[in-house]
Amino acid sequence: MVRDLEMTFHMPKCLLKGGRVVDPANGRDGTFDVLIDGGRIAKVGRDLPVDAGVAVVDIPSGLVICPGLIDMHVHLREPGQEHKETVATGTAAAVAGGFTAVACMPNTNPVNDNAGVTEYILNKAAEANLARVYPIGAVSKGQAGEQLAEIAELGQAGCVAISDDGRPVATAMLMRRALEYAGMFNLPVIEHCEDQTLKNDGVAHEGFHASALGLRGIPGEAESIMALRDIALAELTRGAVHIAHMSARQTLDAVRWGKSRGARVTCEVTPHHFVLTDERLGTPIAFDTNVKMNPPLREEADRDAMLAGIADGSVDVIATDHAPHHYDEKRVEFDHAPFGITGLETAVSLCFDRLVHSGIVSLARLVELLSVNPARVLRVAGGSLAEGAPADISMLAPDLSVTVSVARMRSKSKNTPFDGWTLRGGVAATMVGGRIVYVNEAVDLRM
Amino acid sequence: MKKDLLGIADLTREDIYLILDTAEAMREIGLRPIKKVPTLRGKTVVNLFYEPSTRTRTSFEIAEKRLSADTLNIAVAASSVLKGETLVDTALNIEAMAPDVIVLRHASSGACHLLSRICRSRVINAGDGMHEHPTQALLDAFTIREHKKRIEHLKVAIVGDLLHSRVLRSNVLLLTGLGADVWVSGPATLMPAGIERFGVRTSTSVDEAVADADVIMMLRIQQERMHGVFFPSLREYFNTFGMTAARIARAKPDVIIMHPGPMNRGVEIASDVADGPFSVILEQVANGVAVRMAVLYLLAGGAEGD
Repeated sequence: MVRDLEMTFHMPKCLLKGGRVVDPANGRDGTFDVLIDGGRIAKVGRDLPVDAGVAVVDIPSGLVICPGLIDMHVHLREPGQEHKETVATGTAAAVAGGFTAVACMPNTNPVNDNAGVTEYILNKAAEANLARVYPIGAVSKGQAGEQLAEIAELGQAGCVAISDDGRPVATAMLMRRALEYAGMFNLPVIEHCEDQTLKNDGVAHEGFHASALGLRGIPGEAESIMALRDIALAELTRGAVHIAHMSARQTLDAVRWGKSRGARVTCEVTPHHFVLTDERLGTPIAFDTNVKMNPPLREEADRDAMLAGIADGSVDVIATDHAPHHYDEKRVEFDHAPFGITGLETAVSLCFDRLVHSGIVSLARLVELLSVNPARVLRVAGGSLAEGAPADISMLAPDLSVTVSVARMRSKSKNTPFDGWTLRGGVAATMVGGRIVYVNEAVDLRM
Repeated sequence: MKKDLLGIADLTREDIYLILDTAEAMREIGLRPIKKVPTLRGKTVVNLFYEPSTRTRTSFEIAEKRLSADTLNIAVAASSVLKGETLVDTALNIEAMAPDVIVLRHASSGACHLLSRICRSRVINAGDGMHEHPTQALLDAFTIREHKKRIEHLKVAIVGDLLHSRVLRSNVLLLTGLGADVWVSGPATLMPAGIERFGVRTSTSVDEAVADADVIMMLRIQQERMHGVFFPSLREYFNTFGMTAARIARAKPDVIIMHPGPMNRGVEIASDVADGPFSVILEQVANGVAVRMAVLYLLAGGAEGD
């Protein structure tokens, strides 16, 4: 059946019939047909006629058709750390997770601080031919925090933003210059907010749980202090700053304050920061290195603040910070394990289960968080099923029961704390440019 | 009791009393002319120490030998950890030679938990990072009980570097669990976040913490970790937080003064206090052997098929 479906999508024209189309950019949420022609959306309407030469796919009731999800914060690890992930395995994980596009961070080896590395990544993405890949260039050469990278050339080569992710932009002066300079090319600066003197050698959120386990703490203020600096500089320069992987309630307050003043600030939250808390450090597995990430899992008040920010619109984007690490690297003392967990193949299920089914957000709002807004922040195509747009479509199954299994994951790395979790909601199929790139065999898609 | 002794957090109140009562019997062995029983004959115990330790390693080794275990000491220099094999690989290699018990001392919190998940051998935590040092807390409780005949409702003041101390964490869990009224005191810069949730009272005034105390437990200032940002100088530390005869005068007349060692004389404790009539510091060391014998016996002493 899967093969039949894939054949169908290879026909030049196909009609997705009878799904629930959720397309907030065009004000649609209801049963519509979607006609795809030549890799683009040809028409969206009710009861579209079936012309000769059009393959018809009857979408089972209950499935959702939405503009392709975009994960604007992933680490694909190529070049340089191919034992953790490659562009091919990372984009395979992306499409299996319902994402039609990913934006990949520049902390590769060598760093993506020049057009040559950008082109290399884009070539690997073209070879893999799965999800779209939007490289993010470095702010500074070698991400060393000293001189600006060749930002104009990075933009011309295909970078959609700049970031020194993994660490903050080192100084206020460099951040100021980056915002001014990148602003000329409409490239946002994505900031990993962290005062490194305050973080020091911390490995977990500073609080009762880290204290009980004897782990060095990182206070939420390590994040919010840097966010406040960057918001002030965004105001000074009229540049656009995007706060990556926000975790602390103080940072959310900073973002709200910046927005209220009209600063060009947006922010993202990861699924693990709105699902988990630092209680996981001690239970069910004490010192589990799969709950070590940066920023760390914070306390309940922070997690609840993230949910509130998602609900009230203060949070713009949900992104995964997909950070694959080889199992050897994580099978060490907690202090020595690298920060980060994978996220591409669990995000949609966690969002459905914890945000939609629990009534925090509507499905339309979820599509904004995962598709419309990342496209807007990065100024890339997508986020809309308008006629003429590329047919990047995610087909979601809101009521599918999904049991997370690392054994079935496509990512090269298995470092997730969600293994074995059963969640309500998942991915049915993923289409990029009118071509089906992933079908979940657990979902019955009939011709 | 569980397979391993990873921390006081894993022990029930009954486990703790069982260990303390067993240690009473073990202490008697140390008073005999021939200080050896065959309890662990044929058992292999590996003392795997990733941090330098004189007291704890010696104490474990004497305890093991008094129980007739075959003992092996592996001291891994910190420098060779960086270029050498991982803790997991080292443990799996030792495990392949089928020891019965691995006693681990390691600079990283949670190292014993990692070993526990991959080893069939029983793992005893001899101090992991800033997390726990359960046998120290047990020997401290043993010493307190010996002097005070109880632990419940005693006022215990723990003073010093609270932030970096594994002795603190184990003692707080144990003493609050047995009903003591625990006060912790030290500079605000060395106060762990959220410590009041352990059920202790906190004060940055040592005088307040030690007032009417039954027990004063000093914690070592780890000079190598201070880097000059937690307090300005050792001199100022001693003047503000050091245990002096004048401060002890505020405690109960029969107060006991404890220290897990190694002591910094003139930093956290004045010499006349350390060597004075209230000090039970060397008794703690003596009791350490009996308590470790009890732990080894209870974990590894049962015959197969028991």
